[in-house]
Amino acid sequence: MSDAVLDDTSLPHDVSTFDKGYLGDGHTLRSWLLTTDHKRIAILYALTLTIFFFIGGVAIALVRIELVTPAQDFVTADEYNRLFTLHGIIMVWFFLVPSIPATFGNFLLPLMIGARDLAFPRLNLFSWYLTVIGGAFTVYVLLAGGVDTGWTFYTPYSSIYSNSHVIAAAIAVFVAGFGTIATGINFIVTTHTMRAPGLTWFRLPLFVWAMYTVSVVIILATPVLAMALTLMMAERFFGVPIFNPQGGGDPILFQHLFWFYSHPAVYIMILPAMGVVSEVIPCFARRRLFGYDFMVYALVAISVVGFFVWGHHMFVSGESPYANLVFSFLSFVVAVPSAIKVFNWTATLYRGQITYEAPMLYAFGFVGLFTMGGLTGLFLASIPIDVQATDTYFVIAHFHYVMVGGTVSAFFAALHFWWSKITGRMYPETWARFAAVLMYFGFNFTFFPQFIMGWAGMPRRYGSYPPEFQIYHVLSSAGAVVLAAAYLMPLGYLTWSLRWGRRAGDNPWGATGLEWQTSSPPPTHNFDKLPTVERAPYDYHPEGYVETGEAARTIEASQKGGEQE
Amino acid sequence: MTAARITPAEKAALREPWEDIARQRQAVELGMWAFLASELLFFSGLFAGYTIYRSIYPQAFWEAGAETSLWFGGANTAILLISSAVVALVPRAARWPGLGRFARAMLWIGALLGVAFLVLKGFEYREDFHEHLWPGPDFKLHAEGAELFFSFYWCLTAIHAVHLVVGICLLARLAVAGARDPGWFTETPAVQATALYWGLVDIIWTVVFVIIYLPGRGG
Repeated sequence: MSDAVLDDTSLPHDVSTFDKGYLGDGHTLRSWLLTTDHKRIAILYALTLTIFFFIGGVAIALVRIELVTPAQDFVTADEYNRLFTLHGIIMVWFFLVPSIPATFGNFLLPLMIGARDLAFPRLNLFSWYLTVIGGAFTVYVLLAGGVDTGWTFYTPYSSIYSNSHVIAAAIAVFVAGFGTIATGINFIVTTHTMRAPGLTWFRLPLFVWAMYTVSVVIILATPVLAMALTLMMAERFFGVPIFNPQGGGDPILFQHLFWFYSHPAVYIMILPAMGVVSEVIPCFARRRLFGYDFMVYALVAISVVGFFVWGHHMFVSGESPYANLVFSFLSFVVAVPSAIKVFNWTATLYRGQITYEAPMLYAFGFVGLFTMGGLTGLFLASIPIDVQATDTYFVIAHFHYVMVGGTVSAFFAALHFWWSKITGRMYPETWARFAAVLMYFGFNFTFFPQFIMGWAGMPRRYGSYPPEFQIYHVLSSAGAVVLAAAYLMPLGYLTWSLRWGRRAGDNPWGATGLEWQTSSPPPTHNFDKLPTVERAPYDYHPEGYVETGEAARTIEASQKGGEQE
Repeated sequence: MTAARITPAEKAALREPWEDIARQRQAVELGMWAFLASELLFFSGLFAGYTIYRSIYPQAFWEAGAETSLWFGGANTAILLISSAVVALVPRAARWPGLGRFARAMLWIGALLGVAFLVLKGFEYREDFHEHLWPGPDFKLHAEGAELFFSFYWCLTAIHAVHLVVGICLLARLAVAGARDPGWFTETPAVQATALYWGLVDIIWTVVFVIIYLPGRGG
């Protein structure tokens, strides 16, 4: 495909001197929908996921409006069930699970290991189509009237009683799940077979390690969810009583199969976020990442131990006390590698030359919120406290701190950090910093009150509640408004920057990864000359190294004691 | 760079972004193994459920197992094992000079054996329906848990059959594309990958045979 010149006139006047890289390689819809370029597929994913993020956001906005008053007055109880279910299904499977791997992983993995593309480019495009087909089923569910089982699809409600579009929703998740598996296989093979000469396993950036470990979790956990949903659908459609006590079956089996996937799914969401933060923090502290080897071992440990803690979602299900004991213990164990990571990020900052660009602020937000989410996870891992807090807003707040506070903060850190690589333009720094701070503030404003009301006994999934909880719900809903503004702002200024943003240059942060050694945006074949690697990653301040680009300007400005904006 | 001398056959089998057919072959094999690991976990949900219920209702599973047709199950097991042996010849034969036609013939035989399996399976299903072995109000057996056994019977065999259909399509596609471009056929990693997939489908069946058809027989 040669450069099409369809809409060059609509671009700014100096376009002729600006190499548009992969973005210039065809402007037709066809050139996008049939592309096998991992960078373009990443963009396709990003657009798709953004749409779903906002659909899921609208659903929860309606829920938060309902919860402003104690009475059920804005939507009916049935509509309320459908809204929070839709929010859960969309946010988990159509945003959080694919979010960082399918967009940044897709875009960056080949660049970071010095490859021309992923191992199976057509499979990569196919996995996007699977996500879109799954998404189409979800939209169908939405338009047809929704599904009311909660995102967990618990039997026997889902398999026998629910009068909503359970099967279409389960097919949506099933199909999208296979899209994720395809991506996982692609990442594993790419990491094994396509590393640049000299790029040994322990020279890989942690983002690559995170993509690798998350892919292993994806390919081993997702099929179990697929089977759980298949059996649930078989029961609903054909009446085989696998989870139905009337035929001797046990609904708890569904919960085991479901959480065998859905607990590792939390790690599917958080490991990529950890990878992002491990790239951002060394860059803006200008220091080598502290304890690289242990950061790798911690990722591997989390992904392995993460498979054996699912029972902590079922402490009150009548699970055997011995099983509970083991699951509780292992849930504490999995906190150890997570804590190692938090301490190592903190230690990386020690004596660093820290600057506070937007990606760094988002990364700090991640560390703070993830720590909160992780520590409250320890509360819930201990059985007596979990019995008290089961199905309350305490649990809701906990997993939103991890999954939204953690993963979404890291998603935005990544978006700002690599925006210049993806588009060739800089985002407006002041706006971005404001949005980052606002997001952190809005997030805590929304979810901290939920810890308190959950502890006091406010159960999840109810549209009406005793009036003593109103103050917390009002705070939470008000916080959600702030949070929504913080999510909408980047949509505005990043779109603005596509056209009016400053040209970034190839490496505005003076970062060390291979992705920064090619032009921004990268050419379709990624590198004019494939790189070789001779050093460990995060080699900030090697001997004789002079800072360049944005980093140099930042350092110069901070030495003058002035603001650089 | 090994990319210096590429034969036309290798060129036909190379796909973006690979420059070296040996490396591409490694990657495809690794990818297929990763996919098979995923498939194993998919079936393991069923196997886990079966194991749990069998330990809860050993007697019912014993009785219900005796209701399956050992003749159909045994014949189908034999058919799939033969097809496995046949398809296992293909990856070596495809690369052997002069054995391309033989390899493609083996692919067709493997596919036909797969079809034969499905035909027998269809007759078996018909018999099962006649004997009221479908879980529900008319179900033949009364022991609690017998319905569960047959739930697993239907789910396992049906999901296996879906995999088999995919496998048959893959074998046939390879045979057709290989006849069209024999050079491509000698080099493409798709041969090894397809054979691996067929192997998995057969191995899953041997487990299904043991846990579905053998309970309640003999001793």
